[in-house]
Amino acid sequence: MAFEGNRRKVSSHLSQNESLVFEKSSPGKKAYKMPPLDVPDVDPETLLGEAARSDLGLMPELSEIEIIRHFTRLSTWNYAIDLGMYPLGSCTMKYNPRVNEFVARMEGIAEAHPYQPESLSQGALAIIHLLKSCLLDITGMDTITLQPAAGAHGEFTGILLTRAYHQSKGNPRRKVIIPDSAHGTNPATAAICGYQVENLRSNSLGMVDVAQLEQIVTEDTAALMLTNPSTIGVFESEIHKIADILHAKGALLYMDGANMNALVGKTRPGDFGVDVMHLNLHKTFSTPHGGGGPGSGPVAAKKILEPFLPTPVVVEGPPDQDGRRMLRLDYDRPQSVGRVRMFYGNFGMFVRALAYIMANGPDGLRQTTEDAVLNANYIRKNLEDVYELPYRTPTLHEVVFSDRRQTQKGVKTGDIAKRLIDYGFHPYTTSFPLIVPGALMIEPTESESKEELDLFIDAMRQIAREAEENPELVLNAPHATRISRLDEVTAARKPVLRYTPAGEKV
Amino acid sequence: MRYLPKSPGERIAMLKDIGAGSIDDLFSTIPEEYRLERDLVVPRQMAESEIVEYFRQASANCATGYTSFLGAGAYRHYRPVIIDSLVQRGEFLTSYTPYQAEITQGTLQAIFEFQTMICELTGMDIANASMYEGSTGAAESVTMAVRITDRTGVFVARTVHPEYREVMRTYAQHQGLEAQTLPFGDDGRLDLAALEGSVTDETACVLVQSPNFFGVIEDIPAIAEIVHRKGALLIVSIAEAISLGVVRPPVEADIVSLEAQSFGVALSYGGPYCGVIAAKEKYLRQMPGRLVGETVDTEGRRGFVLTLSTREQHIRREKATSNICTNQALVALMATIFLTVYGKQGIRELATHNLAKANYAARQISGVGGARLLFDGSPRFNEFVLETSESPDQLNAQLLKQKVIGGLPLSRWYPELGHASLWCTTELNTREQIDQAVSLLQHESEAALTRA
Repeated sequence: MAFEGNRRKVSSHLSQNESLVFEKSSPGKKAYKMPPLDVPDVDPETLLGEAARSDLGLMPELSEIEIIRHFTRLSTWNYAIDLGMYPLGSCTMKYNPRVNEFVARMEGIAEAHPYQPESLSQGALAIIHLLKSCLLDITGMDTITLQPAAGAHGEFTGILLTRAYHQSKGNPRRKVIIPDSAHGTNPATAAICGYQVENLRSNSLGMVDVAQLEQIVTEDTAALMLTNPSTIGVFESEIHKIADILHAKGALLYMDGANMNALVGKTRPGDFGVDVMHLNLHKTFSTPHGGGGPGSGPVAAKKILEPFLPTPVVVEGPPDQDGRRMLRLDYDRPQSVGRVRMFYGNFGMFVRALAYIMANGPDGLRQTTEDAVLNANYIRKNLEDVYELPYRTPTLHEVVFSDRRQTQKGVKTGDIAKRLIDYGFHPYTTSFPLIVPGALMIEPTESESKEELDLFIDAMRQIAREAEENPELVLNAPHATRISRLDEVTAARKPVLRYTPAGEKV
Repeated sequence: MRYLPKSPGERIAMLKDIGAGSIDDLFSTIPEEYRLERDLVVPRQMAESEIVEYFRQASANCATGYTSFLGAGAYRHYRPVIIDSLVQRGEFLTSYTPYQAEITQGTLQAIFEFQTMICELTGMDIANASMYEGSTGAAESVTMAVRITDRTGVFVARTVHPEYREVMRTYAQHQGLEAQTLPFGDDGRLDLAALEGSVTDETACVLVQSPNFFGVIEDIPAIAEIVHRKGALLIVSIAEAISLGVVRPPVEADIVSLEAQSFGVALSYGGPYCGVIAAKEKYLRQMPGRLVGETVDTEGRRGFVLTLSTREQHIRREKATSNICTNQALVALMATIFLTVYGKQGIRELATHNLAKANYAARQISGVGGARLLFDGSPRFNEFVLETSESPDQLNAQLLKQKVIGGLPLSRWYPELGHASLWCTTELNTREQIDQAVSLLQHESEAALTRA
């Protein structure tokens, strides 16, 4: 079906077809050249005996130009922040500054071996030390570990700290309370840390039902895992009461920091009663998502959890004769929960996050938060007459609509999302949070100009009209992409997870 | 602020449109007593040139211009230039997890190629889209084996990287698992008799590493035979992925957990790296992490999607196979490009160079001043353990003066090995560097004799 809307942001253009590397391969082609071997050559069969390998299987053989074209062609099939607005709610798809990439690749940083002597790692340790102090002030917490590799890994670490804390008081407790609006990682994390998950239903405002919380918190509650602002973008105004209820029973308040982009420089979790939280450097602090990672999930905590942090911890040594303090790695931490990852964490992400903080400074970080919230509210204001707003509570950095009006014509959030692709935007997050049936979860971040926001609003309004007047157009979207909707059912029923030459079976 | 695309006038116009008097009106739901009224204590806003200068100095305050013989789970290999050219394309760098398949086919096809290459190299049927890194990948492999077998006994070879074992312990402790270590023999390999005496009908899995932490290649077929006899699963962890170019893949294993850092990923002081789990096809439903599968669109054209997500946290919540969400996609892309550049012949040639360098270095260094090669006679890849008469810390201090970083002292993990250190040579260590280390060690041992 031809495009019917008025598409201002994009025009179609050709994109190159490209096979799999294995299909392009031809024996004898090379893209590498080894230097001459300057030590006596060896025969692997002689040295390794039965442990020697004879064949590498189906590995590709291509020249360099073909490899450049292969991956460049593939790249053109991706949408990216660099191309336009990427309003995935909860994901904070903000601009990834290029200076971050540049400094992360400096020789002493990129080639630092994790076991090189501490005396030769002072630059790297200083980066860790400074980033820690920045993140501590931003969160208002007392202590922090940068070891976790991603947000979910941070949750794991934070709940382990919680468990170790309770254990030190004689009883690890059995339950972790999780609101029904939470990210799926929260209950999954509680479960792998050996806790029972107790569900907490949100109230009519989409917020924590404080009365119900008061009823279910007992001396068997280890923690409440709370996202604040919540996944519908609402700040829990009664946060101090929530914290008090937990603390009265000796339980801890864990904060999922996925939405920290709404708070930086405006308020601090440490000040409003949070005991332990994780940050996502790949959300709030601009390190690139890279198609799904790497991330980094530092965990900040109050003093009471400090003894339990994963080893090692970067500490300042005693001053030398010039008064300078060497930084070193402290492994002597008898109460530690242990390691959650080898070495010290995703150091390359620390470098990028620190470069981002430096580029902003205190004024830039505050302005960033304000712009993120301004953008989300601008979208809310300009779409709330065409999309259902299930919770009218004021929101911060994101806005969640529902598809209730559009479903009357059979059009669901996933369809609207696919249609948005035709207008040149990445879809918002669909069908989450679970407390909003048919959710459209929109987080613009601070990185969008008024011009881009207006184009987005215009596209969303056109789609609402299309859903009304020509639902088929939306139901069959996208129309302008290389491929149309994929058969996900067959993909899951008969999984093909690797390439095999035609006709061959593994 | 240079990253923010708004003029003051636009901000005012937007606020007006919203109906807010000031920006603080939008934050009115935050109780007043919790509003931060001061500036954050972070460095002041810096110019790009200042940021670059800060990191230039930090970089200079790390070991540049040193010869290194460090390995032990993080390996220095040449990284072809096109890796960084390609991964810095914004379409890869600034894209999210490919949930919207129609506009992320680039990432999806690259991951499908990655999964295929990992299967080919490891000898497994299936591979996931990546894990955080090798140690957490190994730990998640263990919990995967526990789910498959519905047993709780776990044995870990002491020849597995000590930090991997620590991570495994952290993961296992609250899941009711009983993890025990298995000793190694005089040959630096897992003690097969101890293995045989330990594995029972309650054992879920045995985790070994090959090449192991000492650089020695384990006897995987023999280990598998013992493990499988009791219905337990064998997990093989591989920390030095380049070894797969010349070392027989662990085809007898049930699960392989690979650290792919050696495939074109910078050392970067320990991360980000790239773990990946590969396994026999029958264990597919218990695999953690993302999987990309091939399918067709409404017009029959080939395309790729994230699939089998009913295993994952965003669907299954507390019943998921793992809580993993973000993984290491961009790093997996680096590995995919690296493997495409070296290809079928290059990976083998590269691995052979590593083998030759380590063989030369081990022969030259052992014998110097009474230094002795431990576990000699066992097959090894690019690392070897050296026992010296002086403590490795003392020796290394002397080497450092000549800008040489010697082998990693092992006493912190293996006190019974005495003055032992773990040396690694890759294709990047020249003969000249190896010869220099030999002569420095020679010199130091003579000086020590004189001191005595």
